[in-house]
Amino acid sequence: MAKVTIENVKKYFGNVKALDGIDLTIEEGSFVVLLGPSGCGKTTLMRCISGLEKLTEGKIYFDEKDVSNVPPKDRNVAMVFQSYAVWPHMKVRDNIAYPLKLKKVPKNEIEERVKWVSELLHISELLDRFPAQLSGGQRQRVAVARAIVHQPKVLLMDEPLSNLDALLRVKMRSELKKLHERVKVTTIYVTHDQTEAMTMGDKIAVMNAGKIVQFGTPEEIYKKPKTIFVAGFVGSPQMNFLNMKVVSSGAQFHAENLGLRIPLKSDPKLEHVIVGIRPEHIHLQQTESCVPITGTVYFAEKLMSETVIHLSIDAEKNLVIKVPYDLSAREGERMQVYLDLDQIHFFHPDTQERIEL
Amino acid sequence: MKKFFYALAFVAISLWFLGPLFFIFLASLTPSSEFYQWDRIFPSKLTLDHIYKLLVNLGGWRAMLSSVQVAGIAIGISFALGIPVGYAITRYRFRGKDFIKLAMLFTRSIPLVVIAVSLVTLYLRLNLADTVLGVGLAHAAMVLPFVVLITSSIFSGVFVEYEEAGMVFGLSRFGAFLRITMPLALPGLAASAIFAFIMSWNEVFAASVLAITNRTLPAHILNTAMASPDYFKFAAGTIMAVPALVFIFMIRKYLISMWGISLK
Amino acid sequence: MRRESLVPFLLILPTLVYLVVFIGYPIVGAFQLSFTSDKGWLGNFKYVFSSKDFQNAFLNTLILGAVVIPIQFVLAILFALLVNKKWLGYRTLLYIIAAPLALSDVTAALISYSIFAPNGYLNKILLSLNWIERPLYFFGYMFKSREFLVIVLTEVWRATPLVFVILLAGLQSINAEYLEAADVFGFSSWKKFFKITLPLLKPSIVSALLIRTLFAFQIFGVVWLLAGRDIPVLAGETFYWYVLRNNRHVASTYALVIAVLTFIVGWFYIGTIRSKHLEEGVIQ
Repeated sequence: MAKVTIENVKKYFGNVKALDGIDLTIEEGSFVVLLGPSGCGKTTLMRCISGLEKLTEGKIYFDEKDVSNVPPKDRNVAMVFQSYAVWPHMKVRDNIAYPLKLKKVPKNEIEERVKWVSELLHISELLDRFPAQLSGGQRQRVAVARAIVHQPKVLLMDEPLSNLDALLRVKMRSELKKLHERVKVTTIYVTHDQTEAMTMGDKIAVMNAGKIVQFGTPEEIYKKPKTIFVAGFVGSPQMNFLNMKVVSSGAQFHAENLGLRIPLKSDPKLEHVIVGIRPEHIHLQQTESCVPITGTVYFAEKLMSETVIHLSIDAEKNLVIKVPYDLSAREGERMQVYLDLDQIHFFHPDTQERIEL
Repeated sequence: MKKFFYALAFVAISLWFLGPLFFIFLASLTPSSEFYQWDRIFPSKLTLDHIYKLLVNLGGWRAMLSSVQVAGIAIGISFALGIPVGYAITRYRFRGKDFIKLAMLFTRSIPLVVIAVSLVTLYLRLNLADTVLGVGLAHAAMVLPFVVLITSSIFSGVFVEYEEAGMVFGLSRFGAFLRITMPLALPGLAASAIFAFIMSWNEVFAASVLAITNRTLPAHILNTAMASPDYFKFAAGTIMAVPALVFIFMIRKYLISMWGISLK
Repeated sequence: MRRESLVPFLLILPTLVYLVVFIGYPIVGAFQLSFTSDKGWLGNFKYVFSSKDFQNAFLNTLILGAVVIPIQFVLAILFALLVNKKWLGYRTLLYIIAAPLALSDVTAALISYSIFAPNGYLNKILLSLNWIERPLYFFGYMFKSREFLVIVLTEVWRATPLVFVILLAGLQSINAEYLEAADVFGFSSWKKFFKITLPLLKPSIVSALLIRTLFAFQIFGVVWLLAGRDIPVLAGETFYWYVLRNNRHVASTYALVIAVLTFIVGWFYIGTIRSKHLEEGVIQ
């Protein structure tokens, strides 16, 4: 188990800046998720940590040791690949045991470890089969077993659940998390799925265009997103963003537009501000501190367990609201809804960064 | 450090493969007077004399034409017959499909040597002995299995959905084949045509056995080689090598995939 | 894919007919020819098998194959690994290595001749460097072993690219992540090659081996041009008996021997190696 420190890491592929200055500290034994859209650099960062990619600039440390120039096989990391990369010409048992053999682990210890890990991942009956005879989910568990049994300093997982069907994905999410609780190895997990990130990570590093935009606990990311990008990326359905004009009447400031009037606690010193509110924080009943708005139902998604309503409040603008039960709403129906003032976020119109107001 | 060895290997391999080619080109262009001089490696001047004489005086031109004709016939027939088979294998489900594939593989492994000798008997009866057509037909048989295998792999690369979209929008199956599949498959087909050309161009055994007066170039060389002076031999070698090398260069992109497929 | 009963058969029929006529019929003919002689149906075989020429031809063909094929494989694997690294200029290297594929065996023989002939380039270079005083002779009945050497060299030069291309195609089809996983899990370069690359390359190696062996039985042009009948080989004898001795029967007999050898090897391949590799599952 090791603490991973990433210092000003840059990785360029010719002119493409895949990683443009990454600073990150991952505590020993923690489960950190690298979250971001395709092309943001999360996989590149993981490959740099594993040693499969060389750094253009910067350093990576495992505990106090500088491993920036150490080849992958000497870094004592283990990786679960997106395609699992379970060697097809070796039996499952050999896939798991062989790396240990290379590490010169004594034979009886190898047997013990293989037994332990295959029980942990429920693949004991599969040990003597070939990968071609296994299902995708089973192969994935073999890949995870191979990684864990290696007892690495750092465990890397590159979108390991993306090739599984939906039901299996949900099941494996909890199993992987429980696994981490038992094994307690420093884990770095790459995904573009924000549900996975929010449910599994101790901390999340949200990445975009080669940089880390925000690094924090799921709660911090959800409740205090640093930029519009982070706010929009996490949370489903996506946060509503409204362009508002700042109006002052004496000492009191308001953000106004589209029939909304939101009181501001301080002077933003701006002419415009972007207001963000999550669909789940817009209610059908009045609450203590709220702001009303009326609109026409444009479209309603009925999931029975919840309803997502697209409310048209302007010629071009829809407000998305989510209520946790089955609500009957017909198209064209007029509705009045209430925005929870405590849950409103403000963002700078130019820098897109969060402002406390 | 690694880079140095790589550069070394690169140069060594290039010399190994290109060197001999260079030598025969040089030999064919060396004037006869300097050819037998012990101490002259590089000629003082290059001459096209040998090549000219080979083509004009020694029947080289005629042999070349025969080669081209034979190759043309071989390609024409094998493609006309083979493309439908390749198409059928990839687009239809029918009993015996695996048998066909196996048959193609099997046919390919039968040495032309075996067939050539007894083919003459057949040709005598059909009046095909010693004709360009006869050799062409034999080459077509040699090339046909390759064409079937390569075209079936090319066609399976063209998505069925493109064709079906064409059919939904009004084309018959044949029409879809002509207007959609063929244009998409054309590059691959062109490459395999060139590949087949080279196979026919280089084939020497059957060509020597099946024709005496209408020889293809390699057969011609084989039979006059020992008799003629060295520089004619080399000129012949150059004439054989140059078109083939040019063609291979043209289809280089497809080289790996085609040889890989055809030789699986 | 649609199930239309007649159309596919119509598409295939012309080809099948053609192959029956131009391949099936001659094969039958070949059998007929070899089994017809003045001395009863085994006459040709008795004659051929008892002749010294046949025994030499048979041995030579096998020996040539046994010497040339391993060399080609080792070289081809090295080349394929090198090109697959995709370092600078690898595409050019690829074309250079593949160049001999364009040449016929006749051309390759001529090339060798231009180098090894008495007034060939090798001698010219060695003489002008003063390393030898008189030219080295490589051809001619007295120099059979040297002829053998030149033939081996020529065959290696000419046919290694064939094996190379097949092996390269195989190498490229190996999913890179298998090798990356090996990197991560502690494999050294040697281990990676022997434990991951080579096993996954096995199907290609087997294919290449089969093709190469089959072609080796038919070796003709190179030997004929460089050594004539000094070093008889099966295909060369076939040619000799047909073209120069005008005896179709004996020629067919030789040809049939080649066919039988081919069949045996092919059968062996299908029977043992192929089924085993299918069982183990294939790449991805």
